[in-house]
Amino acid sequence: MLETFFNPEIIKAAWPIILAGLGNTVLLSLVVVPLGLLGGLGLAMLASVRKPWVRWPLMAWVDFFRAFPPLVLLILLFAGLPFAGLELSGFACVCVAFFLNTGAYYGEILRAGIDSVPAGQTEAARSTGLGRLQTMLFVVLPQAVRNVLPDLLSNTLEVVKLTSLGSVVAMPELLFQARQAQSVTYNPTPIVLAALVYFVMLWPLVRLLSRLENRALAGRG
Amino acid sequence: MSNWERFLETFFNAKVMAKYLPDIAYGMLVTVELAALVIVTGLALGLALALARSLGFRPVNLLIVFVVDLFRALPPLVIIVFIYFGLPAVGLAPSGFVSTWLSLALVLTAFSEEIFWAGITSIARGQWEAARSTGLSYGATLMNVVLPQALRLTIPPLTNRTIAITKGTALGTVVAVSEILGVASSAVSNSYNPSPLILGAAAYLVLFFPMVVFGRWLETRMAWKH
Repeated sequence: MLETFFNPEIIKAAWPIILAGLGNTVLLSLVVVPLGLLGGLGLAMLASVRKPWVRWPLMAWVDFFRAFPPLVLLILLFAGLPFAGLELSGFACVCVAFFLNTGAYYGEILRAGIDSVPAGQTEAARSTGLGRLQTMLFVVLPQAVRNVLPDLLSNTLEVVKLTSLGSVVAMPELLFQARQAQSVTYNPTPIVLAALVYFVMLWPLVRLLSRLENRALAGRG
Repeated sequence: MSNWERFLETFFNAKVMAKYLPDIAYGMLVTVELAALVIVTGLALGLALALARSLGFRPVNLLIVFVVDLFRALPPLVIIVFIYFGLPAVGLAPSGFVSTWLSLALVLTAFSEEIFWAGITSIARGQWEAARSTGLSYGATLMNVVLPQALRLTIPPLTNRTIAITKGTALGTVVAVSEILGVASSAVSNSYNPSPLILGAAAYLVLFFPMVVFGRWLETRMAWKH
C-alpha cells in the first residue's frame, strides 16, 4: 500500500516537479486573488449606489457568474474564442475567467459588507466634508471589510483551490505537474504528494475559518 | 456576409445546435443525476457526522474534525483525479461518474458537517438543560428542540454552499463523464464549431440560475429579524 501511494523513490524523483508546480500555484494565486478582489470591489462600489437601475443589473451579473461553473467559463474562453480569431494563452484565459467568476463572489461579499455599515457613518463622514470616494475608501470600506472578513477569507481559500482548474488548460501548476509525473511513473504517488502539499498549505486557513465561522453563526442564534 | 452574420454563423449556428441538442439534453440528465446524488449523500453524511460529533466522544470528534478539514483544504479536482487515476493502482477502478460523485459528496459532507455543527452549537446550553429537565431524552431533545432551531440558521449558508459544490459536476468532464460540459466539448471537436459549447453554457444557466436566485431569496427570507 505504502509502496503504491507513498513510494519513497518516486517521491524523490517527483519532488522537484511538484515543487515547481507549487511555485506556479502560488504565483497564479497571487495574480488571481487580487484580480478577483479588484473586480469584486468594483461591483460592490457600484452597487453602493442605491438606485434600482444600478442594483438590479449588477445583481443579475453577479448571479449569472455564480450560476456558471468556472470550468465551463474557462473552456468557453479557451476552446470558444479561437473560433472568433482570438487565441488566448491558458494563463490569460484563467485570468479572465477568475476575474469574472471570483469577482462576482467577492462582489457579493463586499456588497453585503458595505450594506452592513450603518448609513449614519456615511452621513457623518460626508458632513465633515469628505467626498463620496473618500467616504467610501476611508470610512465605509474599512468597516465593511472587517464585518465580512471570514467570508472574504473563505472565498480566498476557494479561489486558491480553484487554481487547480488551470491544469485543464495546461497551466503547469501543482495538479498539472503531479499528473505529468504520475503519467510518467505509472504510480499515483505524485498525486498523493500534490494533495499533501495542498493540505499543508491550506490547513492553517481552514482551521482559522472554522473558528471564525463557528463564532459568527453562534452569535446569530 | 457581414461580420455580425459570420459571428452568429460561428457561435449560434442553428444547424449545429439542432444536431447536438439531443446530446446536450442527455448531458443535462447526467448532470442532474450526478448533482442529485451528490446533494443527497453529501448532506446526509454531513448531518450524520454533525450528530455523531454532538455525542461529545473525544477521539471520534478529533477524527471528524480532521476529515472535515482535509476535504475543505483539498481542491475537488485533486480528489477526483486521485480517485480516478490513483485507486486503479490498488485494483479499484471506479468510473468517472462514481469518482466525481464520491469526491463532490465528500467535499459537501465536510462543508455541511461544519455548517450543521455550527448550527447545533449555536443553540444555547439552557435549551438543552430545560428540555432534558422536562424529561425529554437526549435523542428527543436533539430532534424536537435543538435541530429545528439549528436547521433554520443553517439553511441559507447551506444552500449557497450546496450550489457552489454541485456546480463542480462540470469537473467530471476531466474524467470523461458525459455530463453537459463533456458532451459539449466533444461536440465542438466533432463539428469544429463552438455552438454546442454555447448551448452547454445555456444548459448550465437553465439548471443553476434558478438555484442561485432561490438561494438569494432564502438568505433574505430566513434572516433573523433583530
